[in-house]
Amino acid sequence: MSTAVEIAESAKTPSSPPKGFFRSVVLGQRQAVVGLAVITAFVIIAFLAPLIAPNPKERLGETFTPPGGEFPLGLDGGGADMMKLLIAGTQVSLIVGFAAAGVSALIGGLVGLVSGYFGGKTDNVLMRFTDYVLVIPDVPLMVVAAALFGRSLTNIVIIIGVIYWTSTARIIRAQVMSVRERVYVRRARSLGAGHMRLLRKHVLPQIAPLLVANTVLLVAYAIFAETFITFLGLGDPSLISWGRLIQNAFTDDAILNDAWWAIVPPGVCVAIIVLASTLVGQSIEDALNPRLAVGHLSVRRFGLRVLPQRPSRGERGATAPPPSGASAGGKGRR
Amino acid sequence: MRGVDYVLKRIFFAIVTVFVAITLNFVLFRTLPGDAIQALRCRACTQEFKDALRHDLGLDKSKLEQYRLYVADLAHGDLGSSLRSQQPVRSDLWEPIKNTMAMIAMGTFFSILLGVIVGVISAWRRGTWADRTGLWTGLTFYSMPPQWLGLIIVLYLATWLGLPTSGIKDPLIGLLEDASTWDVFVDRIRHMLLPAATLGLVLFGQYALIVRSSMLETLGEDYVLTARAKGLSNWTTVWRHGFRNALLPIVTLVALSLGFIIGGSITIEYVFSYPGIGLAVVEAIDQRDFPILQGAFLILTLSVIFFNLVADLLYYRLDPRIQ
Repeated sequence: MSTAVEIAESAKTPSSPPKGFFRSVVLGQRQAVVGLAVITAFVIIAFLAPLIAPNPKERLGETFTPPGGEFPLGLDGGGADMMKLLIAGTQVSLIVGFAAAGVSALIGGLVGLVSGYFGGKTDNVLMRFTDYVLVIPDVPLMVVAAALFGRSLTNIVIIIGVIYWTSTARIIRAQVMSVRERVYVRRARSLGAGHMRLLRKHVLPQIAPLLVANTVLLVAYAIFAETFITFLGLGDPSLISWGRLIQNAFTDDAILNDAWWAIVPPGVCVAIIVLASTLVGQSIEDALNPRLAVGHLSVRRFGLRVLPQRPSRGERGATAPPPSGASAGGKGRR
Repeated sequence: MRGVDYVLKRIFFAIVTVFVAITLNFVLFRTLPGDAIQALRCRACTQEFKDALRHDLGLDKSKLEQYRLYVADLAHGDLGSSLRSQQPVRSDLWEPIKNTMAMIAMGTFFSILLGVIVGVISAWRRGTWADRTGLWTGLTFYSMPPQWLGLIIVLYLATWLGLPTSGIKDPLIGLLEDASTWDVFVDRIRHMLLPAATLGLVLFGQYALIVRSSMLETLGEDYVLTARAKGLSNWTTVWRHGFRNALLPIVTLVALSLGFIIGGSITIEYVFSYPGIGLAVVEAIDQRDFPILQGAFLILTLSVIFFNLVADLLYYRLDPRIQ
């Protein structure tokens, strides 16, 4: 039976996402290249952290020694090398970011897939539930959960991941619903392909790029959320993360000591990686969904209308148009 | 009557969400291993005292019974009592709520103002350096942790601007002589400026993006073309026909980003020691005062639900096209 299905499918398998899809996205858009390069650099630093920055908390001199000489970024309120702390922080922050994004991509992807594919009652129940969760303010919920469940890295990852799945679920669901009704999927179904086969062979490959784009954005939000939680004193007390460094600068009164070198760097790191993730995530989304970049005139010609975008908390900038109107959106805007 | 249908649907949704929020609040705080009493940091408390306290709070009853009591108490506006001050949570949180509301309102006003200005200019001059600079500035601020931006503002701007960086009231005001209402008011505003500005800076990027895209969309509409054909000036076209319609999505976006606004305000209040609900939350976490934390979370959630409903209804009122 499966051979018949396979032959029929191989006769005319849809070609999207086409070969070299990611290559075309990456090469076609400067911002994606920059974003990807930045993320890669941080990931490399994170992997090398134990080698280049062992014992980051070691006291090496006077508190708040200004930058210069041996210590390019000076020493913090505990007399530890800011450079080493920052490198060690990169590791923890990225672990939180990627792990939490993974958790929410898993939950959100699964809910979106099931909801969009099966439709009907399942869809109704799941999406109602998602709607309710979406309204609960995410950051306060995270803070409360972190306060209740105790201060550990695993808890933070789970809390962030479990709270951020809703936007993924909605986006994936919408995509799955459109893929499900495409002709080749219907054909495969009528040939007797089972749910698992349809999902694995036809639906998943189609939504994978979108899931990746969404997960990249989620990495940024998770890193961001970690700084919130840690700043309120709910982070893992034994670990150094960027959020922790910001908190340390605050609690050690770096401001009174005029120690800008203890305050500025961790925030800059967070901002850079969030910006980079936004660039990459949006580039993939734009490539997947040209409607976002197309001016309304050409859209209307086909009798379509750009619906009022309702970006949800989780996605934040995700559904908004690309940031640099010239490079990405400029092509179709006129 | 589809309009009435829509309104009723939104109200029904809000009511159900309130129950979901209450249940979540109950589940979070009552089904943990251990309970609030166990977590209470108190060395002198004996086991008998803790048991008595547990009995007082009804923690020894069954979960279902506890839930029923919790909902019943809430219906009477009773949020329980703080473990520390022994005051009702409601009265403990009342002052902070007012302070936070004022600060958030000011911050949101800043962000919308800035976002609209940047968004309109970007859309109007799209593809130029003004467009790029505006949007990149917005996006960059949007990527910064609010608490960090607050610290940076304190570090670099506060002294230069001569604005206070902590608290809500100058301790010297009204100490020697009676201060006039005006002086007290000005003092309040001065204390609110920096936290509100931080919030405004962090938030304006997303408003700029949404105003820009909806401006671009409206500027391509036929009625804008008609306006131009009629010979209206560029400015009048942008203002009267483009901008007013472009403002609609902001209503939705403000409501949707309330969770983030409130989250940001928690850390910002902490940085500026601004006595709002965020600072109350931080203190409650520090002292393991769970009733306060629970009450604050419930109030924040309910206000987000409420403002979402308001936005939905406002949107309905403002945009006759949904009808």
